[in-house]
Amino acid sequence: MNLTLKVWRQAHANDTGSIETYPANDIPEEASFLEMLDIVNERIIEDGGDPIHFDHDCREGICGMCSLTINGVPHTKDSGITTCQVHMRKFREGDTIWVEPFRARAFPIVKDLMTDRSAFDRIIAAGGYISVRTGSAPDANSIPISKDDANDAFDAAACIGCGACVAACKNASAMLFVGAKANHLNKLPQGEPEKDKRVLGMVRQMDAEGFGNCTNQYECEGVCPKEISADVIAKLNRDYAAAATREAVE
Amino acid sequence: MINKSQMNSLGQSLLNFWRSSIGKKLIVAVTGIILVGFLLAHMAGNLLVFQGREPMNDYAYFLHHFLHGAGIWLFRLVLLGAFVLHIVTTICLVRENRAAREERYACEATVKASGSSKIMIWSGLTVLGFVIFHIFHFTVRVDPDLAAMKDPLDPSRHDVYGMVIAGFQNPLVVLFYIIAVTLLCSHLRHGVASLFQTLGFRSEKTRVAIGYLGIAIAIILWLGFLSIPSLVTFGLLEDKGAAIEHSSHSTASLLKC
Ligand code: HEM
Ligand code: FES
Repeated sequence: MNLTLKVWRQAHANDTGSIETYPANDIPEEASFLEMLDIVNERIIEDGGDPIHFDHDCREGICGMCSLTINGVPHTKDSGITTCQVHMRKFREGDTIWVEPFRARAFPIVKDLMTDRSAFDRIIAAGGYISVRTGSAPDANSIPISKDDANDAFDAAACIGCGACVAACKNASAMLFVGAKANHLNKLPQGEPEKDKRVLGMVRQMDAEGFGNCTNQYECEGVCPKEISADVIAKLNRDYAAAATREAVE
Repeated sequence: MINKSQMNSLGQSLLNFWRSSIGKKLIVAVTGIILVGFLLAHMAGNLLVFQGREPMNDYAYFLHHFLHGAGIWLFRLVLLGAFVLHIVTTICLVRENRAAREERYACEATVKASGSSKIMIWSGLTVLGFVIFHIFHFTVRVDPDLAAMKDPLDPSRHDVYGMVIAGFQNPLVVLFYIIAVTLLCSHLRHGVASLFQTLGFRSEKTRVAIGYLGIAIAIILWLGFLSIPSLVTFGLLEDKGAAIEHSSHSTASLLKC
């Protein structure tokens, strides 16, 4: 198929950057979106140009490394998949495709479509862990955990930390990520004792990194490749209110 | 990281709360509840206009005199406090949010954000303009004709009933009311559902009910508030008493005695 790409090019972090147009001709329908970019890049290199830089790693939807806002939507409009899982058959002959980086002040651009998402790592370092050694995977049911709690924790743990939630939010809010990471641990017996400290620490780090505030539009939920529900944000709000109150009076 | 010594000062905790994104959101939600509660009560009170002059004016008289007149000022103070806090906090949030996404997408798209959620600041600021107009219109009464109206049944008190109907004779005023209340209801169609999320009540169990509650409150307020100016405009709500004011005045005061 023959397509036209409108791609964000930015030479380095301090460059102003701009949208450039590239033809993407003779692209096989079965190519993935990243493979399509590989093909375009080979042609750019052949012509002596600077290839389009983009993040990728596993290319099977599990690592959270690929990004890209495609036609205004992170990981495309199709729900429940990452950019590396998008196939070109989803597009039509002659389409113009806009390819932009995940945009947020807290995700500075390194080059072209590559962004520095280490703000997420610093949020995790501010509380998204359990301080004591909990050993290797325990035998099933050796620690009783209710089915509901286990399900909730498991759903939250599906987050791969790609940052699509931030990229989709008009406020570049990281609430879905923080909600998922905090809720993953908060209700489990290993994580519960440090719940208040975790919630306060992670939310404060999130604010310090310059992410915006949630306005409950649920764009994040709509683009999350792991379809994490914005209910984790409601729980984070509730846990934050309780933790802040306890912090103020205790 | 938070350590115990930092956790100790109450002042520090309150400051942290204000500085945090969730803390500010909670302030918006709680002040929002106060304002929505007021709107529901205010609408119910206004609907007394359909009961006629006496119930309406009795109600207005009661509002101005309960707790020896201190009640309404207490009420106004709480309301003003909530309103100012709501506005200051939301403007703060909007500024932070714009800064968090300084560079916009060349190709913008949304997958599920509602129309009302995208215009919250604009619907809010229209409401602010409207509230100022509305207070000058019916509370301060800058129009001397409206200010001078006396209850024909009891000339010692103001004729709120007559004033409301007279106040809606100007179609431009009515048009402004319709636009502003419609935007207010748009604000609440997102806002009411949103505050439950902010306060942490939204879950798989409650999600659908909360969504409908937001729509229901917006529709009820829209119909309740706008029924009055629109019925006045279409001549379906007339001040019949005003026309017979002079002839009936003596009988009315006789009846009172
Ligand atoms: C009678 C007047 C008003 C009522 C009843 C009202 C009610 C509400 C409610 C219930 C919310 C949702 C809170 C939440 O998401 O937790 C909200 C949000 C908001 N209000 Fe108002 N509001 C009023 C006036 C205003 C005014 C005058 C402004 C002008 C600045 C304003 C600006 C906003 C904004 C920007 C939000 C969105 C905040 C966010 O989504 O994070 N509101 N309002
Ligand atoms: S490259 Fe690993 S999720 Fe896409």
